Amino acid sequence: MAVAGAGTKIKSIGAATSPGLGAAMFAPAVTYIGLLIAGPFMLAIFYAFSDARIGSTGLHYVGLENFRSILQSPSFRMALKNSFVFTICTQIIVIVCSTTLSIALEKKFRGRGFVRFLILLPWVAPISLGAIGWKWILDSIYSVITWVLVWLHIFKPYDTPMWLGQPHLAMASVVLVHCWRLIPFSTVIMLAGRTAIPKEIPEAAAIDGAGFWRTLFQITIPMMTPIISVAVLFGTIFTFTDMTVVYILTAGGPFDSTQTLPSFAFATGIQGSDLAAGAAISVFMVPVLVLIAYFMLRVAHRAEVT
Amino acid sequence: MAVVETRNLTKVFKEGELGAVNNVNLETREGEFLVFLGPSGSGKTTLLRMIAGLETPTAGEILIGGKVVNDMTPRERRIAMVFQSYALYPHLTVYKNIAFPLKAQKVPKELHKQKVEWAASLLGIASLLQRKPRELSGGERQRVALARAIVREPSVFLLDEPLSNLDAKLRLSAREELERFHKRIGTTTIYVTHDQVEAMAMGDRIVVLNQGSVRQFGTPKEVYDDPADTFVATFLGSPPMNLVENGEVIVGFRPEHFRLAEEVTDASKVPFRFRVENAEYLGAEYILSGLLIGGRVDGKKVIARLLLGQSYEVGTTYDFAVPERHLKFFDRTTEKRVDARALAWQ
Repeated sequence: MAVAGAGTKIKSIGAATSPGLGAAMFAPAVTYIGLLIAGPFMLAIFYAFSDARIGSTGLHYVGLENFRSILQSPSFRMALKNSFVFTICTQIIVIVCSTTLSIALEKKFRGRGFVRFLILLPWVAPISLGAIGWKWILDSIYSVITWVLVWLHIFKPYDTPMWLGQPHLAMASVVLVHCWRLIPFSTVIMLAGRTAIPKEIPEAAAIDGAGFWRTLFQITIPMMTPIISVAVLFGTIFTFTDMTVVYILTAGGPFDSTQTLPSFAFATGIQGSDLAAGAAISVFMVPVLVLIAYFMLRVAHRAEVT
Repeated sequence: MAVVETRNLTKVFKEGELGAVNNVNLETREGEFLVFLGPSGSGKTTLLRMIAGLETPTAGEILIGGKVVNDMTPRERRIAMVFQSYALYPHLTVYKNIAFPLKAQKVPKELHKQKVEWAASLLGIASLLQRKPRELSGGERQRVALARAIVREPSVFLLDEPLSNLDAKLRLSAREELERFHKRIGTTTIYVTHDQVEAMAMGDRIVVLNQGSVRQFGTPKEVYDDPADTFVATFLGSPPMNLVENGEVIVGFRPEHFRLAEEVTDASKVPFRFRVENAEYLGAEYILSGLLIGGRVDGKKVIARLLLGQSYEVGTTYDFAVPERHLKFFDRTTEKRVDARALAWQ
């Protein structure tokens, strides 16, 4: 065999001396994906076509019955709509804020490292802890936000908003907490993307006579499109599949007004014991997510810059 | 068109450190092609960036067309700059790249097409207008960058090593093209390079910079024939000027003036014994390196550059000489040029 270079040589020696090495290196990844991702996923699809229930040993194939029944359920339709509202609102806020932040954090100033650390904090803190913190902040009686608003005389003491108890406010709260959670992640991606833009490009724009806004909207943001797509892709998937924030803050309430597909699947399948229906709801998210991923990757590919 | 002037221009990046640019005083002439020449780290790019308004001077003034522009943004200075990397906008077509300065400076829209086409035809890229920068060759990118620079008819042109990304063959033709282009538009141009051949070939005048200071400012001929110090003497010319210490002075002579004694027809010449240590045959010429033998300069390394004719044996000692008028004298401590003087060589 002709040896093209050092890399090839090492590879061929490794493969020749221990044929099992490649397989051994590969095994952990395959095991991990197989056991924790592919397995449960296949199981969910299998359950979605069955009448599996918690506590029942019988299992029968029921065809599309589960899908038919969930499609007829108003709660499901509500959850589907909420999932989209939740995801789209969150992503718009996250992208605007993280782009702004990444621009602000790019400039050198005193204490930039500390500010970057603070901004990253919500992402490294466990989501459940953060969400519980927010639950207190938005509490109906002890909310610090309400307290401040009353102190500022914006609300009267006994006529305050119930952040998590009124449908629209609850949705807004869930969206905002999720933004708080995702902005750091998105900002870090954006910062990385911005450093990939050569310094000369904004300088050339300045010399060409472009001001801040023109440079931002006609040069920087278009050049960041691929990286913004990646941030949106990840953000969308995180938001669309996340149930922690909803579950801890509102548990889907009031009146299903913040119920999203993942929380509804959990409520139906685990808490309601109807495993099959829960599985069917989860499986419903797959085509949506596949579509999102497909479009985002296409956008990223088309906007690729040299 | 305008004249660019700097007065005691200084840039210090870190307090307490030596400045990247120190006390630079320059003045271009109307329509001149001025070259900043220096090794990397000499401050030539920093100087250019201060003139462009991309870097704030620590001290001193910059004047364009007689007006102090220190506090003006790049856009207000009405300058155009071509970057080493060209800095084309990768997501825009060539047309939109060239039209960008027009849009940014709010030139009426109906004029865009006409102006872009004028700039594109001037640089011979009219057929590339719908391409993206990544679909262009190095030479084409350079032309697009130039077209983007001229489209708004700037008062001063700044070019930062625009040829350094091109391969050797293309560089020569691009250089000629740039020269022709400058003659045609006649805009005052400042050109930064570390390539002395480029500087000699293109510059009306050359500013030689080292460690942030101007070492010499003059025409290519002045800089080459009458170097102000040993740095300029050795930075220009390839191979560089030979420097040999003799008493209180350093004596310099160009390799092309170091020839076989019998070929030197000047009445006053300084003879040397020269032992050839290495001979490089370059097609049109020989580059001989070797040692001076005997006298006060025994063992000094020198280089000779000779036209083809006689062949030279490595290891053999020849009688060489330098016409006295081609000897340059530098002070041994300051390394600055001093007047010619009679020296004992034996």
